[in-house]
Amino acid sequence: MTGGWGFKTYAILFIAFIYGPVLMLPLFSVNDSNFATFPLAGFTLRHYADLWTQRPILEALGNSVRIAAGVSVLATVVAMPAAIAVTRFRFAGKAPALAFMMLPLVVPSIVMAVALLVIVLRFLGIPLSLWTVAAGHVVVCLPFCLSVLVSRLEGFDASLEEASRDLGCAPMQTFWRLTFPLALPGIISSLLLGFIISFDEFVIAFFLTGTENTLPVYLYSQLRFPNSLPGTLALGSLILIASTLLVVLAEVIRRRGVTSDNPGDI
Amino acid sequence: MVEVADTAVRAGLSGPRHPADPARRREARAGYGLMSPALLLMVAVLALPLAALIVLSFWTQSGFTLDRTFTLANYWRLIAPSDREVEWMGLTFRLAYPVPAILIIKSLVMSLTATVAVILLAYPMAYFLAFRVHRNKAAWIILLTVPFWTSYLLRVFSWKVVLGYNGAINSGLMSLGIIDAPLEFLLYNPAAVTITLAHSWVSFIVLPIYVSLEKIDRSMLEAASDLGDSKWKRFRRITLPLSMPGTISAALLVFIPTVGDYVTPELVGGPGGTMIGSLVQQLFTKQNNAPLGAAVSLVMMLIIGAMVLIFLTLIGYWRMRARRAA
Repeated sequence: MTGGWGFKTYAILFIAFIYGPVLMLPLFSVNDSNFATFPLAGFTLRHYADLWTQRPILEALGNSVRIAAGVSVLATVVAMPAAIAVTRFRFAGKAPALAFMMLPLVVPSIVMAVALLVIVLRFLGIPLSLWTVAAGHVVVCLPFCLSVLVSRLEGFDASLEEASRDLGCAPMQTFWRLTFPLALPGIISSLLLGFIISFDEFVIAFFLTGTENTLPVYLYSQLRFPNSLPGTLALGSLILIASTLLVVLAEVIRRRGVTSDNPGDI
Repeated sequence: MVEVADTAVRAGLSGPRHPADPARRREARAGYGLMSPALLLMVAVLALPLAALIVLSFWTQSGFTLDRTFTLANYWRLIAPSDREVEWMGLTFRLAYPVPAILIIKSLVMSLTATVAVILLAYPMAYFLAFRVHRNKAAWIILLTVPFWTSYLLRVFSWKVVLGYNGAINSGLMSLGIIDAPLEFLLYNPAAVTITLAHSWVSFIVLPIYVSLEKIDRSMLEAASDLGDSKWKRFRRITLPLSMPGTISAALLVFIPTVGDYVTPELVGGPGGTMIGSLVQQLFTKQNNAPLGAAVSLVMMLIIGAMVLIFLTLIGYWRMRARRAA
């Protein structure tokens, strides 16, 4: 490391800024008090123990996990061939098609939510359920899964696939024996990111869920009750820890075995 | 994250045109074939719902009945003039229904402020990462990205815990004896919303800026120094213009989603900090006027779209300048 202490100090302050507020949740979740206030009263895990006795939390958790698992698989399965088309084929209209698939990034989620609400309720007459939430989540996840897969497919040489074809492999054979294993770290990380995005997504779930809650929707319903603050802090901390572990896992898997010249390609 | 910004930027650049020979056509068919599941999904779950939203915005709702005759009434309502004057932040609105106009302007201002704050905060961090960190870069990058992937809802809620009446800052300052009573101005205002928005997005934006800095050819910087440029001049004439396109596209990825943000104003905004997203939600639920809500959300998207075009023109301008600098 060269150069001024100024930058280093700034970097440390920056990290403190992005982590500081979020770390208040685990801090107060183990504080032996019903309020999130200083001075700290003492260490306790009772707020965590209370969580396991609450059926609504466990049900919401189950719903979220089921949605996130289904969504991440579907988004990745759909994004994979699209990523191959983006990286391995040249054709007119590719850029607009790609732009179309990246669109969910720039449509505010509330607009996406009300648009889905309108078509589901007013045009199709389908009742809201976890299925409608899942449909919205697949589209939210798609740009992220696609980007991860595209960057992974660009990370290795396409001439390997050409060689495989020249040696007489059928396209599907080339895919399963060459592309798939080489892209596997990207696929796993796409699955994990899709899972996290869906698991943490709130706005679309809030608008499109029927009688059943996802975990963020349940959490939101509890935020307004001061009485349930300790439980909310404990539940929130668990969610934060789980997402952090999954993200770090996704990044570590994606980094394995790739030496890329692409800066920032992590 | 960086791939996301990269792919989004690439989508905006169109590829070369190809002659329509059979091999090319086969390739195009295969390409579209591979993309078709994703494209179909996007049409079914994004394009058709947006089309339905547009159709609905031309209908009207009164009570529980939906009138399906085509009309511009909802759009007219947003701009219909009136003799009554409404003052807001020194601006005078002569509108019969000024709420949407005020909320859209307010949302744009808050979102722009948050975007500028995010860029100003993230740029030095990205610069540090690109030019000063030589070991453990990957660890730094993961450390900077992780917060973005954790629950948005919880990151916003954490500010309520920090700034609240009984929050960490107030109770902390009181237990230290610095203040006697909680400071009430911390939470439930536009500033709290803007800070929270900036905090939520800043970790998303360091990496795209970092990539645009990292891609700068170092020999150009050396040449500038050899030719006698000072550090500051070198930054202003080479580093800044060359990193501007990446920085502006990063800014877009913050600005666009934050204008319509719903969670942040709901949780930390209070009555004074509401944004346009809250109005859309109310029109669709409590006020039971979905067609008007549809019109408001579409107008919001159109305005954002127009502003993005201005941003993109800026990118073009910076690209030209960068080329001239190179």
